[in-house]
Amino acid sequence: MSLLSSARAATGRPSDEPPPPDDLVVVPARHPWRWIAAAAVLVLVAQFLHGLITNPGWDWGTFFGYFFEKSVMDALLITLQLTFAGAVLGFAGGIVLAPMRLSKNPVLKSVSWGFIWVFRSVPLLVQLLFWANLGYLYDRLQIGVPFGPGFFSFETSTLVSAFGAALLGLALHEAAYAAEIVRAGILSVDSRQLEAAAALGIPRLRQFRRILLPQAMRAILPNAANELVNLLKSTSVVYVLAIGELFYQVQVIYGRNGRVVPLLLVATVWYVILTAALSVLQHYVERHYSRGYVR
Amino acid sequence: MIELTGVTKSFGTLEVLHDVDLTVPAGSVTVIIGPSGSGKSTLLRCINHLEKVDRGRVRVDGELIGYRRVGNKLHELSERHILKQRANIGFVFQTFNLFPHMTALQNVLEAVGKQAEPRGRELLARVGLADKVDAYPRQLSGGQQQRVAIARALALDPKLVLFDEPTSALDPELVGEVLDVMRDLAQAGTTMVVVTHEIGFAREVADTVVFLDEGRLVEQGPPSEVLDNPQHERTRAFLSKVLV
Ligand SMILES: Nc1ncnc2c1ncn2[C@@H]1O[C@H](COP(=O)(O)OP(=O)(O)OP(=O)(O)O)[C@@H](O)[C@H]1O
Ligand SMILES: [Mg+2]
Repeated sequence: MSLLSSARAATGRPSDEPPPPDDLVVVPARHPWRWIAAAAVLVLVAQFLHGLITNPGWDWGTFFGYFFEKSVMDALLITLQLTFAGAVLGFAGGIVLAPMRLSKNPVLKSVSWGFIWVFRSVPLLVQLLFWANLGYLYDRLQIGVPFGPGFFSFETSTLVSAFGAALLGLALHEAAYAAEIVRAGILSVDSRQLEAAAALGIPRLRQFRRILLPQAMRAILPNAANELVNLLKSTSVVYVLAIGELFYQVQVIYGRNGRVVPLLLVATVWYVILTAALSVLQHYVERHYSRGYVR
Repeated sequence: MIELTGVTKSFGTLEVLHDVDLTVPAGSVTVIIGPSGSGKSTLLRCINHLEKVDRGRVRVDGELIGYRRVGNKLHELSERHILKQRANIGFVFQTFNLFPHMTALQNVLEAVGKQAEPRGRELLARVGLADKVDAYPRQLSGGQQQRVAIARALALDPKLVLFDEPTSALDPELVGEVLDVMRDLAQAGTTMVVVTHEIGFAREVADTVVFLDEGRLVEQGPPSEVLDNPQHERTRAFLSKVLV
């Protein structure tokens, strides 16, 4: 210490000023532009909020009047059902299609490839209309020996209701996307993991379920969550089949009372809330599958 | 115990193993040495049918690995049978290949089932990891991970254990702890085939040292002969590079 200060004195600095070296205070760099940018953005946000509150066009009274209204709640339930069933069926399909596409069996491989190609190509809206009009193509469906006699048969129109058509369309559409998401996950796992499992004599299906899939989940989850949010919003497309999901229902209401904007807002806010709930779910599921990856 | 006769293996046009004959008696330790690319890993992988041989036979305890003989033909076994045969053969990889989403104990028990938990704990204690039972692979050092991998291979109660350069991915100060575990196994009478560049370990523990070069088994015998008094020029050339 004394050595230091005498050295400083020797270089001509005032010897009483510098504090002892272990007391040095850290001064962070200043970022004036950050403050200016933040202020500018805040002004814009404030202006937007002000508009939301004061512009009578938003019609908040109507918004709150319908937000929890019974028919809207029922419609919300149908949206949730479509999303849930679409996701479960879609990912179940994806989990089958992805290993098929990665298998060495040329038949399985091409069938999976073809399925994914077709159902990613056809717009969901077009597909839904196809299923709803299946009765034009086949008026009876039957279960029986392929190319042979049938045991049970159904009127197509009774079997494929509007809801059934919607579900079928969403599930097939979703399965094609889920297959690629699952395949990306599987490819992300080091092949030596399966080699180690094979060397331990672990059966194939168990290798997939216990070793491959849990590791693939880490790559699958962010994309799957994305796809799920997409699906939630895609359910609004089934309004073309006159199914009373959220978007269809608000259209019915504003068709009656003419209050378009507040009712669109009802649907929008519900979609936003559901997406937020999915994000929270995503956080916890991702945390579960990060076991062993964080120190 | 293990009997290889005329094992030949090619990848495309590259012949990686050429007519290899090797016998490993039960309870013995065989160390395979040889230059990089000489086919050591491939030979080891042929023993548990991770790699299919093109010609020749692999027998473990008299049982043909990967095939069934019917008359004059060898029929490849179904995957289920091959997996069952592999359960008799432990394999320890250079890169450990532990399952990262499972704890040490879960790794050891994965192939044998939860009911074997007491034995799993016992095996981890045997490799000196009694206190790391619930640690995930990421939380362990390289040497500790390789010891878990050894415990995992032993959980199946294998008739023999194959080691493919088990210490070459480790920092020098961690090599010793893994070799210690392997030395204990050898003393306990485990049949082992070890690919390694640890000549000191070979000299001390091996019953037989095998020198492989360009897919051919050039020389084999007790360490005192192959390591200290090699007969072949190529063995001498290799050893002079390794023993600096
Ligand atoms: N799956 C494969 N496909 C094509 N060539 C391969 C394959 N596996 C190994 N080879 C080739 O076979 C030869 C022997 O490889 P192997 O891994 O058995 O050598 P090694 O003696 O274990 O070498 P090292 O000491 O570097 O591990 C090498 O030339 C390698 O490139
Ligand atoms: Mg090798």
